[in-house]
Amino acid sequence: MVDRRFNVLPGFGLTMGYTLLYLGLIVLLPVAGLFLRLAGVSFEEFWRMATTERAVAAYRLTFGASFVAATINAVFGTVVAWVLVRYHFPGKRFFDALVDFPFALPTAVAGLTLSNLYAETGWLGRFLVPLGIHGAFTSLGVVIALTFIGLPFVVRTLQPVLEHFDHEVEEAAATLGAGRLRTFVSIIGPTLLPTIITGFALAFARAIGEYGSVIFIAGNKPYESEIAPLLIVIRLEEYDYTGAIAIAVVLLFISFGLLVVINLLERWASRYEN
Amino acid sequence: MSIELKDISKHFGAVTAVNQVSFSVEDGELMALLGPSGGGKTTVLRMIAGLEVPSSGDIYVRGQRVNDVSVQQRNIGFVFQNYALFKNMSVFKNVAFGLRIKKWKRRDVRDRVEELLALFGLEDLGPRYPHQLSGGQRQRVAIARALATKPSVLLLDEPFGAVDAKIRQELREWLVTLHHELNVTTIFVTHDQEEAMEVSNRIVIFSRGNLEQIGTPRQVYEEPANEFVARFIGVINVLELEVRQGVARLNELEFPAHGVPEGQRLRIGFRPYAVQISSNLQLYRYRATLRHTFFLGVMLRVELELPSGLTIRARMTKEEYAHLGLEDGAYVSFQIRQYRILAKEGMPLAPETASTQDAIVYGEGI
Repeated sequence: MVDRRFNVLPGFGLTMGYTLLYLGLIVLLPVAGLFLRLAGVSFEEFWRMATTERAVAAYRLTFGASFVAATINAVFGTVVAWVLVRYHFPGKRFFDALVDFPFALPTAVAGLTLSNLYAETGWLGRFLVPLGIHGAFTSLGVVIALTFIGLPFVVRTLQPVLEHFDHEVEEAAATLGAGRLRTFVSIIGPTLLPTIITGFALAFARAIGEYGSVIFIAGNKPYESEIAPLLIVIRLEEYDYTGAIAIAVVLLFISFGLLVVINLLERWASRYEN
Repeated sequence: MSIELKDISKHFGAVTAVNQVSFSVEDGELMALLGPSGGGKTTVLRMIAGLEVPSSGDIYVRGQRVNDVSVQQRNIGFVFQNYALFKNMSVFKNVAFGLRIKKWKRRDVRDRVEELLALFGLEDLGPRYPHQLSGGQRQRVAIARALATKPSVLLLDEPFGAVDAKIRQELREWLVTLHHELNVTTIFVTHDQEEAMEVSNRIVIFSRGNLEQIGTPRQVYEEPANEFVARFIGVINVLELEVRQGVARLNELEFPAHGVPEGQRLRIGFRPYAVQISSNLQLYRYRATLRHTFFLGVMLRVELELPSGLTIRARMTKEEYAHLGLEDGAYVSFQIRQYRILAKEGMPLAPETASTQDAIVYGEGI
């Protein structure tokens, strides 16, 4: 006799087949294609193309700026989510909707707006530049753009978790004598950490792949404010397909490695949960 | 006197959650705050803890007015309905939390936590996280955590609400034993009158923010202050009758009402155990058909239907039932041994009146 359980959705076979086909077509096939292009290239040749001084500078900027931007978002995104969940104030819904703005705005528009804002003649730039803060056409500009596009990831990841956070836990800490700071550091912080890491990872991953907004504000000076995705485009425009793919493969490996690390970190932070 | 509330009121906007409540709790008492949900009992508990600030009135703990003392400084142990354990901390760290804040020495913390874990039968669970515990274990951890710093009073909000029926019974007995051993003043909130009757020394009954009665389980059962209490504690038959020529009447039932003005309506209540049944139709004054029998364990509850269609509830032991040879559909005679003229809520009740010369016998339980 076959042990069959009732399921709402049609059979396991059909859905699993579809899932595998989907993942294969959308994810694995392009990745395989990438490696196929590298098939005729020796490892030395690949390594030379992937680690030119200019490429290394681009990796450093892409991952460095993404990391900084994601970290900024992890901190301030948490504050924003906290305020939006915990407090009631006039215009709350408006501010809540505003968080999605970076999602909705075409990245090119964001880049253009930000570079205008921070340029020497811009609204903010005219005050910041005399202070030595160059927000446009520098690596700082890259961080600014990546922070902008990454904000919603942390806020939107954290909001549902905060909404379900048991208020009684805070009261329990208070009855045991804990002040606000102690309650936050010992209880709320550690409980939220896995979610903050998830939000950080999403913002980080998005920032690594970001292209549109960055190229407008970065100035794209080689060795200084040129991001890796842009370098791939430049290589393509030079008809150096193999060179472009070499950089792409490096990006792929580092991104994958970071994803693994972040997943482990998330697991560690949520070790006390089911 | 351990805790005293004087004219405590609490308003949430236009809603009055607690209205002019005063009562006191003696040292070492185990007291129940009882009432239907929304009655204000949890708000009272939270005000004692300092989690809620009274709109007016004063709270004293051991003679000290504590209205302006913060929740952190009050030194009370509070057990939340859903326990509110810190899920990012092990059982050991949960229990140690209050001690660490009070800056106990590391060794003293360890000794105290181990002492509590042993007392609560949690010795081996120190390194576990809350999600790895059963409901009963979680509750014991919550109580251990609340008791760690030796609070002057232990407050429990619906302590048996979140566990299933069988464990609930064990926990009740366990709480009584624990209170007996530690002798810490304990106040708990419940909406279950049976629970309040079984566990506490005294009961405070709330309804819609008002204190209806305060007394021992026996007092509130036998001498309810008003109809609300009479109906809330246990099962009671309530009849509305009209007085004609000194007799209150509803269909065939009659109660003496000398001196009551003609035409006035009276509310009369009697407990199911006060209804005496016989299979001998000549023995008692009224006749009825036994409609349903409800099996409640040792006791049985029966529904009697009078010829006029009026239904009343009675109860008896299994043995009596068997002895009388009763069954559903049987024709019986009965009398009402004791009854009480009920007043409206908040008004005092007339003393219980025996309708016959029988000795007053109170049933066990409800």
